[in-house]
Amino acid sequence: MDETLRLKVGLAEMLKGGVIMDVVTADHAKIAEDAGAVAVMALERVPADIRREGGVARMSDPILIEGIMNTVSIPVMAKCRIGHFAEAQILQAQGVDYIDESEVLTPADEENHVDKHAFKTPFVCGAINLGEALRRIAEGATMIRTKGEAGTGDVIEAVRHMRLIMREIKTLTLISDMELMAEAKRLQAPYELVRKVAQEGRLPVPNFAAGGLATPADASLLMQLGAEAVFVGSGIFKSEDPAKRAQAFVKAVTFYDNPSELLKISKGLGTPMSGIARNELPQEQLLASRGW
Amino acid sequence: MSLGILALQGALQPHRQKLTALGVDVVFVRTAGEISACDGLILPGGESSTLLNLIDHYRLRDPIVAFAASRPVWGVCAGAILMAERVENPSQESLGLIPMTVRRNAYGRQNESFIAPVVFRDAGSAKTEREAVFIRAPSIIRFASSVQVLADHHGDPVALRYGSHLVTTYHPELSASDEFHALFVSLCREAVTNPASGGGRPDEVMATPN
Repeated sequence: MDETLRLKVGLAEMLKGGVIMDVVTADHAKIAEDAGAVAVMALERVPADIRREGGVARMSDPILIEGIMNTVSIPVMAKCRIGHFAEAQILQAQGVDYIDESEVLTPADEENHVDKHAFKTPFVCGAINLGEALRRIAEGATMIRTKGEAGTGDVIEAVRHMRLIMREIKTLTLISDMELMAEAKRLQAPYELVRKVAQEGRLPVPNFAAGGLATPADASLLMQLGAEAVFVGSGIFKSEDPAKRAQAFVKAVTFYDNPSELLKISKGLGTPMSGIARNELPQEQLLASRGW
Repeated sequence: MSLGILALQGALQPHRQKLTALGVDVVFVRTAGEISACDGLILPGGESSTLLNLIDHYRLRDPIVAFAASRPVWGVCAGAILMAERVENPSQESLGLIPMTVRRNAYGRQNESFIAPVVFRDAGSAKTEREAVFIRAPSIIRFASSVQVLADHHGDPVALRYGSHLVTTYHPELSASDEFHALFVSLCREAVTNPASGGGRPDEVMATPN
């Protein structure tokens, strides 16, 4: 792996076992940092509001991102639209620590994603299956997250995506070498990456969970299914007591495999975000189907 | 002998792989009991503010300080920040295990992260260069004379020793070499056979010179 890729993956390694929180103001960012977030995602509207208000969702105003970067000492991430390399160039010039090429924003290109090798700033991308994860990694993504279904507070899609990715990885480790090309063809993923996953039994970059997590138990569920860290979007600042819930998420990711500790963590957190059941959403409103 | 890696948050697996390859038993530790059962402790890279938050919530500060009085601790990047006596940019609490002042994110943000050779000097002033991975790295801006510089990058100290404690502002766990892990293992072995060699140097003046 070349030096730039090692540095990009290196930062993702440092975020493992942590919670990355969506924030829309500097005050939110401070609450997130004080609660123990490993990083914040700076954006204008959390996914629940993007969903509710509709319209075209774009990169945030740089002045908002700058305010957040000046307020906290932890890494700051920001989102660009799928394929919108000019937004990504602006975010890189601003000096954010990670760029999320995100399906939560309205896609700018219906065929191509950003060539992420062309950037010094690292990228995280969403995936719903192993093939999509490996296509993004081939383009230069150095962190993968499940897409889940952002802004719903319904964890079912994140679970579906994480289970599928883990099952597809496991399958690659079991089949014979001579079957890998056919599997690469089925997955629509580069053969070399498919072979690497078959040999190592894991993604070549960190594998995080995102999309619909609303409770510490949701975080524990995804960590037990194989996630190495979690993103929480609307789940914190759309809940009744964001500071308390943020801290509970941080503890839950550390003690994800300790039910008696999770019991303590889950008590008295106030009302979670109300949410929308994923199955009640019409097909055209599903964000996870964005990305190619 | 078993070595603990503080497993609250951060890059744990790369350390485990190196230590396991060196034939050492490794445990991920999250409670006071688990910490005190180890013969050496690694405070790994991660986010120092997150680690500090969890250390305080789970009352691990006193157990770690007590551990460090008699056994070796190695702080990597965020772990190095935790071991300092004082922290700047911004100022934050720390465990005060080593008389030094650390500046967070001293080189800048992720775009300024870098890989570069650092220079180790032995007692006979022979130089050895080793690759070092710096990620949003801190720097050690002041330290007491009882702290020994093992390696520097353009004059900035990046690897230090204080008694049986080690500090690196970079990530030896992300490079191919296992030499630095071997050094920590040897300090831990020494502390097991000769308990007086463990810990820092509580007899020295702890004040950081200005």
